[in-house]
Amino acid sequence: MSTMKSQFNLQSGAVINGKWHHKHYRIEKELGAGANGVVYLATYQGQLVALKISENGYTVTSEVNVLKSFTKVQGSTLGPSLLDVDDWQSSSKLYSFYVMEYIHGPDLLSFVKQKGEAWVPVLMLQLLSDLEELHKAGWVFGDLKPENLIVTGRAPRIRCIDVGGTTIKGRAIKEFTEFYDRGYWGLGSRKAEPTYDLFSTAMVFIHCAYPSRFSKDGRGLEQLTDKVKKHKNLKCYEDVLIPALQGRFKSASDMRQALLTCSYKQTRSKGNSVSPQTRQPTRKTKRKRHGTTGAIVVILFIGCIYFFYLYSQMV
Amino acid sequence: MKTGSLKQILLITDGCSNVGEDPIAMSALAKEQGVSVNVIGVMENDVIDEKGMQEIESIALSGGGVSQIVYARQLSHTVQMVTRQAMTQTLQGVVNRELTQILGNKQTIEDLPPEQRGEVMEVVDELGETVEMEVLILVDTSASMKHKLPTVKEALFDLSLSLNARTGKNKFALFVFPGKKNDVEKLLDWTPKLESLTSVFAKLSTGGITPTGPALREAITYFDKKRSLRNLISRDDDEYYEESI
Ligand SMILES: Nc1ncnc2c1ncn2[C@@H]1O[C@H](COP(=O)(O)OP(=O)(O)OP(=O)(O)O)[C@@H](O)[C@H]1O
Ligand SMILES: [Mg+2]
Repeated sequence: MSTMKSQFNLQSGAVINGKWHHKHYRIEKELGAGANGVVYLATYQGQLVALKISENGYTVTSEVNVLKSFTKVQGSTLGPSLLDVDDWQSSSKLYSFYVMEYIHGPDLLSFVKQKGEAWVPVLMLQLLSDLEELHKAGWVFGDLKPENLIVTGRAPRIRCIDVGGTTIKGRAIKEFTEFYDRGYWGLGSRKAEPTYDLFSTAMVFIHCAYPSRFSKDGRGLEQLTDKVKKHKNLKCYEDVLIPALQGRFKSASDMRQALLTCSYKQTRSKGNSVSPQTRQPTRKTKRKRHGTTGAIVVILFIGCIYFFYLYSQMV
Repeated sequence: MKTGSLKQILLITDGCSNVGEDPIAMSALAKEQGVSVNVIGVMENDVIDEKGMQEIESIALSGGGVSQIVYARQLSHTVQMVTRQAMTQTLQGVVNRELTQILGNKQTIEDLPPEQRGEVMEVVDELGETVEMEVLILVDTSASMKHKLPTVKEALFDLSLSLNARTGKNKFALFVFPGKKNDVEKLLDWTPKLESLTSVFAKLSTGGITPTGPALREAITYFDKKRSLRNLISRDDDEYYEESI
């Protein structure tokens, strides 16, 4: 193995046969590909499942280990539930794969774009509950980023997928993405500690306000603080975001509490008047714009009539 | 459990060698001596030509390591990832050999049912966390690399950050080629921290030739011969021999 991206080209309709458990999975489409393999949507006995396949058996085993240990956490929603692990002998090669619950829904950023900013703190509260459980079970999620967060269900609920970065507490983080990594910003080590995930959570929050992200300018915390203070959607969460970036929350539940306090304060200070930023996004602004254009047209129209009136009076 | 150390050369370059021994042969030599060779090809806006790419891939392949070609701005993330991947790959190899010894009959992890692989993986993970690493960084400082050096420096800090998050010890050394007088020049002797790099990189002058092969040959000699990873878990027959040298 000398390159990191593996190329699978499984077409819709292809069938994956498990070598050990003899189950058949029918490939529907590709859900996504990354450094560790490719994830497909597949059907098994009429049920939709997600199937992750990799050239590297160790990656599969490693992620399976994490998912298995999650199932031991009572009533948990940590990660997708694990359904099967097996090998598949293709015409040329043996591949390892695992099958998990298919989590249906948009990723975090698409969801927020669609449904509005008001969802961000809500989803972060949910995420922090899950992180609290995960940390209690002795793990740190590691590669927390919007692509790894899916919002699912009619009562929207955030779910973490991709446990490739999930690491036993105290070890070195297995996998991370720079923007959400405190080491990249010069704000801490890459040791798996709860504070590592809380930093990433704050960065995910910030990313929601700056959808195209931004790159570091070398000022570290100062730059991030600026970004928080300068954005109307973030400013009111300063008391959550800044301490999280500094690693000052001892646990996810502490950070969750601070977030609750912020949300509460915000509601109080607003009273009954709804500020523009908490309104439903796209539709209302559009209607407003229609309103103004309408008014301008009317004024111009009246102006013209008045002008003609004056003109006719003059002659 | 006996602990040896895991030895890697990390070669950072942007193209083809043009003097001295065949770097692919030198890389194979490193592998024979228990040192794996990873190569990172750095591009700017220019692309590395076909020949350069092939050389980069072949060096890693014959050196039992990992290679990756990246744009300069992705360098940090790639350097730590390649190093980590290569480490895991080596450990997997070691554990697999170990399994073959235990299970006999050329069995590897893939012959175990998936249910039983978990524990083996835990051993690999545990080793990856605790094994001692010796990473010799070999940076191409030929003229075309000059403006990429600040990025290289940043990537090396980042590598230090990643590896030092582990429980296991790390040793880094930094060499550049071509050197002022010789093919290769030592800038930093074995040290657990790469932070001292800042001053070191400032003194660099860049030359015109790219003696990748000779640089590799030289680099191999800087590793401590006594403690090879072969003794990591197993009691190889030649251990006593190696220890007694
Ligand atoms: N259980 C699941 N349900 C629905 N979609 C999924 C599921 N698992 C993965 N996906 C989709 O597949 C994509 C790739 O999966 P995953 O992140 O696990 O792969 P990866 O190789 O680890 O990628 P990377 O290293 O880039 O994060 C995800 O971004 C997501 O869109
Ligand atoms: Mg991943």
